[in-house]
Formats: sequence, C-alpha cells, structure tokens
Amino acid sequence: MTNDMTATKSSALHTSGQFSTFFVADLFFGVDVVHVQEVLRSQHMTSVPQAPDVIEGLINLRGQIVTAIDMRRRLLLPPPAGDHSASMNMVVRTADGAVSLLVDEIGDVLDMDASTYEPPPDNLAPAARDLIRGVYKLKDRLLLVLDEERTVDLAVGRAV
Amino acid sequence: MDDACAEDKEMIREFLIESDENLSRLDQDLVALEKSPLDVDLLGSIFRTIHTIKGACGFLAFSTLEGITHQAESLLSQLRDGERNLTPELVSLILETVDATRKVLASIETSGTEGSHKFEDLIDKLRVAAEATCEIETRLVPDPPVSDAANSAKAEFQPDTNKARLRQDEQGEEEKRVAERRISDRRDEDVTQHSAAVDSNIRVGVGLLDKLMDLVGELVLTRNQILQFNTEREDPALNATSQRLNLITTELQEGVMKTRMQPIGVVWNKLPRVVRDISVGLGKQIQLHMDGAETELDRTIIEAIKDPLMHLVRNCCDHGIESPADRTRAGKPPQGVLTLRAYHEGGQVNIEVGDDGAGIDVARVKQKAIEKGLLRPEQAEKLGDREALSLIFEPGFSTAQTVTNISGRGVGMDVVKSHIEKIGGVVDLYSRLGEGATVKIRIPLTLAIIPGLVIISGGERFVIPQVSLLELIRIEGDSGGKHIEYVHGTPVYRRRGSLLPITYLNQVLGLRSSDGAEAVNMVVLQAEDRQFGLVVDGIYDTQEIVVKPLGKQLKGLTLYAGATIMGDGRVALILDVLGIGQRSGVFGELREPARVVEKQKAQSTMEQQRLLLFRSGSFDRLAVPLSLVARLEEFQQSAIEHAGGGQVVQYRDRILPLVSLQAVLEPGAPDQGAPADPVQVVVFNDGDMSVGMVVDQILDVAEEAVTVRQKSGRRGLLGSAVVGNRVTDFLDLHLVLRESKEAWSSGADEHTRGKTVLVADASAFSRGMIRGGLDMAGYSVLEAANLDDVIRKLEQHTVDVVVTALELPPDGGSALVAALRARPELAKIPILALVESVDPSRAAVAQTAGFQDCQAKFDGLLVLESVARLVSPQTVREASEECMSCAGEVR
Repeated sequence: MTNDMTATKSSALHTSGQFSTFFVADLFFGVDVVHVQEVLRSQHMTSVPQAPDVIEGLINLRGQIVTAIDMRRRLLLPPPAGDHSASMNMVVRTADGAVSLLVDEIGDVLDMDASTYEPPPDNLAPAARDLIRGVYKLKDRLLLVLDEERTVDLAVGRAV
Repeated sequence: MDDACAEDKEMIREFLIESDENLSRLDQDLVALEKSPLDVDLLGSIFRTIHTIKGACGFLAFSTLEGITHQAESLLSQLRDGERNLTPELVSLILETVDATRKVLASIETSGTEGSHKFEDLIDKLRVAAEATCEIETRLVPDPPVSDAANSAKAEFQPDTNKARLRQDEQGEEEKRVAERRISDRRDEDVTQHSAAVDSNIRVGVGLLDKLMDLVGELVLTRNQILQFNTEREDPALNATSQRLNLITTELQEGVMKTRMQPIGVVWNKLPRVVRDISVGLGKQIQLHMDGAETELDRTIIEAIKDPLMHLVRNCCDHGIESPADRTRAGKPPQGVLTLRAYHEGGQVNIEVGDDGAGIDVARVKQKAIEKGLLRPEQAEKLGDREALSLIFEPGFSTAQTVTNISGRGVGMDVVKSHIEKIGGVVDLYSRLGEGATVKIRIPLTLAIIPGLVIISGGERFVIPQVSLLELIRIEGDSGGKHIEYVHGTPVYRRRGSLLPITYLNQVLGLRSSDGAEAVNMVVLQAEDRQFGLVVDGIYDTQEIVVKPLGKQLKGLTLYAGATIMGDGRVALILDVLGIGQRSGVFGELREPARVVEKQKAQSTMEQQRLLLFRSGSFDRLAVPLSLVARLEEFQQSAIEHAGGGQVVQYRDRILPLVSLQAVLEPGAPDQGAPADPVQVVVFNDGDMSVGMVVDQILDVAEEAVTVRQKSGRRGLLGSAVVGNRVTDFLDLHLVLRESKEAWSSGADEHTRGKTVLVADASAFSRGMIRGGLDMAGYSVLEAANLDDVIRKLEQHTVDVVVTALELPPDGGSALVAALRARPELAKIPILALVESVDPSRAAVAQTAGFQDCQAKFDGLLVLESVARLVSPQTVREASEECMSCAGEVR
C-alpha cells in the first residue's frame, strides 16, 4: 500500500489529550474525543448484501444513515466466542460523515500525556499497523491510538 | 457608519443580481435582433437594459462600467433611432460589451472593486463605431431602410456631418439625462412602494430552500412512522390526527418541491448566444429551435444538467451540423437546425438535443474505436449499429477529425453520460447518417423524494424506484414452475409472447433462498432500454421514500442507489435496477437485446402474421396486417372537420383525411344512432402522408398463423380466415384507400408515382396482402396468378418491377426468371422473390436463380423498401449484392 503520505500527515499530531477508549478482543484502543460523536448501545442493523465483509450494516441515527464497521473484522481478529450482536457503537466523525465502529466494550475517557507516547512498534501485525497512529504506555497496559480516518477508508490495509 | 456600509453592500448586491438578469435577457435579445434587425421594440428593450445598468453604475460610482455602458448606449441609441443599420459586426461589438460588463460585475462581486482592466480598447472601438455612423449614413442615404421619423430627423443633420454629430450627441446626452432622471424617480417610487412589490415576489436564498427540502424529507419520514403506529393501535383520535398530518405533509412536500422547481429555460436562455458564437466562429448557419422551455425541473437537477446540455449543444454545432457548402451539396438548406425539446413523460423529464446535420458515421466510429484500442477489429465487425453508437460514450472517444476549441478534445460524451447517470438519468443516442443525430436524456423530476415499491427478499426489505418498474407478475401455485422456463439453464418467462430474462434477487444479493414458495412474485423492471424480471420473496406496497446517500465505504457497490428510513425507523436499501441487471448477468455481455427482439419479431412475421382486429358496422371481426398500421388513435367528434367534401382531423400539425370503414363496406347502410365519441381511428402511413380509417372498435392484436383461407366475394374484403379460433374477415385495404384516392395520390412519393409493379402469386389472398402496401406507397399494381398470366400482363403493360412468389405455378419463380430473361424486351425488369421465410439456402437459391432481391412475404416494410430500390434501374446491381449480404446475414 502506498499510504506514507497520509501516515505522516496524521501521526505528527494528537500526541496528547483526551481519548475515548474501547476494547476489541484483548486490544485497548483510544480515539481522540474530538472525533467521537456519540456512543450507542446495540442498534437495529440493516445488513448490506454483497458489501465488503467488514461492513456490518446500516443504522438509523436520528434520520441519518450511518455505516457500521465491525472492528474485529477490520483488524482481522477472530469473531468473539459468545453472542456477537451485543456490540457497542462508537460513532466517530470523519471527513466523509459519521461512521459507527462496532466494538466489544466501551472504556473510560482518559487523559494522556505526550511523554508516554511512542510510534507504533514495527513488528505490529500489518492489519493493525496501518490503522494505529501510536501507543501510550499506561501503567498496566498499552493504549493503541486508532486513526479513525484510515479505519473507515476500506482501501487501507486490505491489500494483504 | 456600519449601517451605511451594510446598506451600500445590500444595494450593490441587488445591483449585481438585477444586472445579471438583465444581461441574460440582453444575450437573447441581441441574438433575436440579429434575425430581425429592424425590430424597434427589441432595440428599445436592449437600449433600456444597458441604460439601466449605466444609471446604476453612475449612482454606485463604478466608473469603468459606466464608461463602457455609456459608449454602448450611444451606439444603441443610434440603432434604435434608425440612424444606422445593424450589422453582424455591430452585434458582435455589443455582445463584447455585454461580456466586458459581466467581467466587471464578476470582479465587483468577488472583490468589491471593478478590477484593474479598464477596457479602454473596447470603449475606443465603441466610440469609433458610434462616430463612424454619420459618415457611413451620409453615404448610405439614398435608400436607408428606416422609419420616416428617423429619416426626417436625419435629413436635418445631413448638411454638416460634424455639426450634426455634435448636435446629435448633445441631444443624446439630454435624452439620457431625462431618462436617468426618470429612472431615479422610479427608484424613489420603488422605495416608497417597496411593501407593494414585496407582496407578490420575494427573493429567497437557495440555501434556505434546500434546508426546507431537507426538513420536509425528515417530516415525510416522521409521517410514515406515525402512520405505522396508527395502524398498530386502534385509536380514532390518533387516526384522525394522523390522516390530517398525512394530508398536510403531502401538500407541504408538493409546495416546497414547487419552490425548487425552475423552468429548463433558465439553462436554455444561454444557448442562443452560445450557438450564435459558435456558428459565427465556424462559419456555419445554425437556427436554434427551442420547444418546451417552460418544462419545470428541480433546481438541483437543473444545476446538474447545465454542463452536459451545453456540451451537447456545442457538439451538435461543431460535429453535427455541416458547413453551408456541405449542406447545399447534400441537398439540404444551408441553414442547419438545432432542436431542443423538453417535456414531461411518466414522472420523468425528457430532454432532446437534435440536429439535422450529418449524423454519425457508424463505420467511422468503429474505425476510431479500433484506433483508440477500445475495440478489436473482429469485435467491431460483429458490433451492431446501436452498440457502435454507444461507443461514443466511452471515455477518451471523439470522432472529430480535427480538434477545435469548441469540442473534440475527447472529454465529452462520457462525461455527459456520467453526469446524467449520476442524477439517475439515462442518455440515448439516435442517429441517421446524413439526416442528423438526436441525444435523448431522461431524468427524474426530483432527486430528494421518490415513490418506490417496497419488496422483501431473504427476510430483508428493499425499495425499488417506481420509475424503473413496469409491472408486477404473480405466478400462482402449481403453475409457478411451468411459467418459468429454462434456456440452457437460464430462467426466462413468457410475457405476452416474448421472452423475458429472469433473475432471482436472493441469488444476486447472496441471500438465503426462500424454500419452495407456492407462488412466485416477480417485478418487471426496465433499465435503460432493457427489461428483465426480478423474482422476489414478497411485495409490500408503494411508498414515498426519501433517498439518502450511502457512506463512502459502500460507494463501490453498484447494486444500491442509496438507502431510506422506513416507517418503523429501520433502514432499507434502495436497489439500483441497472446495477442489479448487470450484476446478475441478465443483460448478457455486449449483446443488443433490442436487436434480438427485432430479429425474433422478424422471425415471427415470417411464420406468423401480426394482425390488428377491429369491428365495424355489421362486421364483428375484421383484420389488417399490423405491419401496415402506423398508429391507433382516438379523436373527439368535435375535432373532426370537413374539408374538400370529406372528413379530416388535424393530426400532428397535419391534416389527416378520414375514411369511414362502414361507409366503404356497407354503403347506404342506416346510421346506427349517434356516432361514437371519441371515434376510433386506424392510421396508415406513407412517407409524409397519412390516412385515418374510422372503425367502431379496436378489438385486439393477434399474432398467429392464418390457418384457413376462403376467398370472399364481398366488396372490400379479401377473404376470411380463422384467427384466434374465430372467423375473421380480411379487409381489402386497397379498396379502402382508393376511397380516399385524392388524398393518397397527392401524397404518393415522387419516385413511386407512375411506376407499375406486377404482383405474381397463386393465392389471391397473398396478392391482396402484398398489393395493399404497394398501393399505399403509390404504385400502380397489377396482379397475376401464374406464369402465363405474368407474361400476358407484361406484354400488355409497361412494368417496372415484378414481385413474385418463389412457388409461382406452374414451375416456380425461377421459371419466370428464365422466361423473362429469354425475351430481350423483358430481360431488364428486376424481379423480387417472395419467400415464406428468408433463410440462407433459399436466399442462395434466389440469388443463383437470378432474382434481384428476396424478402419475406409478409414483411410489408421490407418488401416496400426492396421494391423502391428496384424501381430505379441503376440500383439493380447493388440490390443483388445486397441480396448476397442479406443471405449472409441471416443465420
């Protein structure tokens, strides 16, 4: 993939601030709160036949039609063991309108300090590396900063 | 201070809007003026427009603009007063002024200043032109085509040119001052009477209207939800309220929709100027016809079609219409006609851009496509004309030999097509070589709210836009399996005699299939000009839906046109009918369904006949071959007029003579009470002449083999046959048409008049069928039943073409050829063989036997075409080559 341009553009910024956190499988993610529109419980989903498999379906967000992306499939993670329909919607604002990210669980909003920030490790799995801006080293775990623009651009990271 | 500034800004804004409107009108006025240079009213109007702008410029202190308009005004005042004649150079100069004015206005709009360009050269040119007047006029005095008043006025000035000019200028100035004063007076009035003007019209920002439309869309959705609740609960109060809500919402929706409607003329207004500039630039003469400028469209659509339309018009002017010299050579008037037509049809708007130019050379298109690598030579050979024409819409295609600055850079028709398709429209191209080309655009009235059919498939709801929907077919229970047949594994359905390809929505979308349902629900859809049946699990109802776009992640999916929110608040996808068709493969690949259908039709006319059945007087069931019928019409009694001793109606801007069939078949029969109103008329066509046959009732169109034939002794009838298990009389069209002989003989084609055709066939019935068409085309027709009969007739009459059945008794058609070729005086007569069906072996037989052409017996049109070719002796050889090619083509 030729994505160097976008990568440099977005990674320089947002090295500190508030992050909305969530879990996908055992990964702990954060999205800059500025880009989070709202968090919703499981919504009625209209599936889109023949759509790319990362698209779970469409939801009606107060009259606006929002595409929902399954984050597990987006990150090429295995499906959860139990009932999948309990996914939470993390609705993020992107340049192309609102998109819902289906995640396993919603965490707290955390304040991050730039001193704990590091670019993503080189040995990260390709599916994740393209979508992650960087890593905050917390005391007991790592917070992966999700690049929401690249996450909703399905052309990114799908060449594998 | 701030207030004053804001006021100024507001004033400038109004000035800009007003000037913009004025200038668009000016463009049109000037082009119109060029056609009628002496129209004083037009000149007055143009003068006033320029004058208004000039007045406002002075008021707002825009000196450059004032300078330009001032000079233009002087020139115009001379024109208006008839002191000089309008020349194309002057029109160009004034148009240049208009352009300059626009530029300055644009600069004012963006930067608030007039910009650095002072347009001194233009002002000079205008001044020179204005000053040149008097000298030219003095020379031209002997025969000035101007009004008397102007003449006498000019006479005063003649003695001393310079002085005259001076005085004239003074007078002009004075006049202007007076006019300005009048204008400023009017402005004062405007201020005082402002409230009165506001009552009738206000200016509203487009943004506000868009916002309103969005809100109405939301309201429609909410209404749908309320209606759904209402059906779930049985509360009379809620019921009444929701019904009311329903009504008001619908009305509001219509009202808001109307505010966004604009006549297409808004876009067309710019075209006369464009066409004029191009035609002057290319040295062509082009007349622009505009029809239906008042047709209204949603403004978003108007915006979207603006550029494509402009491009099409440029294309027509540039590529379509030939230079006057070429046109004259082709036997056309030197002035080309560019026609724009717009009209509503079935919830859609049709826009046609056509010219009477050279048309599109299919061979050249193919060649170009090969050169551009869009096509391989062997593919090109197989390509039908329509397919070849559609190549023009391929990216990077242009047939123009030379690239001009108007068009021909290869960014064209593909962009036009994609623009139109983006708004849910369809583009079609029709061309006839040497006669012109027409592009037809069909677009929806509005994009925001559309009626759609809700269907269910694989447990999900989907919406199909109503515009693509032709009909719903439900195949009940047991017969379900029978009606869907398989051709090499492909499902098809017999729909009124023709095969409809079928696809299953569940399969296209990869949804789980419904388990052996008893009944099959099928929606018949149309995309572009192709039709197919889509089998779905269930059909709900139609609904007004608000189209919402899909996110970027789904843009690549051609299966969906968007999504909407249903009454229960859930999302439903809107199917893209074209995408579904392409995805499922029902359209096949690079196949031309229209042609296939045509071929099938041709096939059926060989074996079977399509007959129009109708009733007249005491004849309950009469038939004529459908191939001879042009149209079926209904006319109100009040529309029928009397002319030349017969009945006529005005029909498509022509006079259509009417023949009462009852009067022909049963002369003197008593009238059966009051005549029907409206009357049913069968129209027969011949080139540009038509005749209407009045019948009592049109019954049906039957398509079947005629089984039993019995000759009839009755006047006006050829015989009887069993059609649809009932005895049916075949009408002798020849006789009916003779009844309106005056009309027909005058309408007969130049080249057919005086030409004689001999029809040789053992069956009187067949002869009657064949001669019907020939009679109508204006030929004199002789009939012969066998070889001896033919020879006898040929000895007695001069015959131009012999049309014979291949099985002519006693020894077949080839014996006839041999007999004729043996006699030098008859050897040159071309012979057309008629066969039951054209197949290669028969065609080859016909060819070797020495026939000039062969055609299917009951294909009236082809027979006529063939005869027309054969009557001109020099075409005999070509025709026989044609026969070869026809033999090769039919496989």
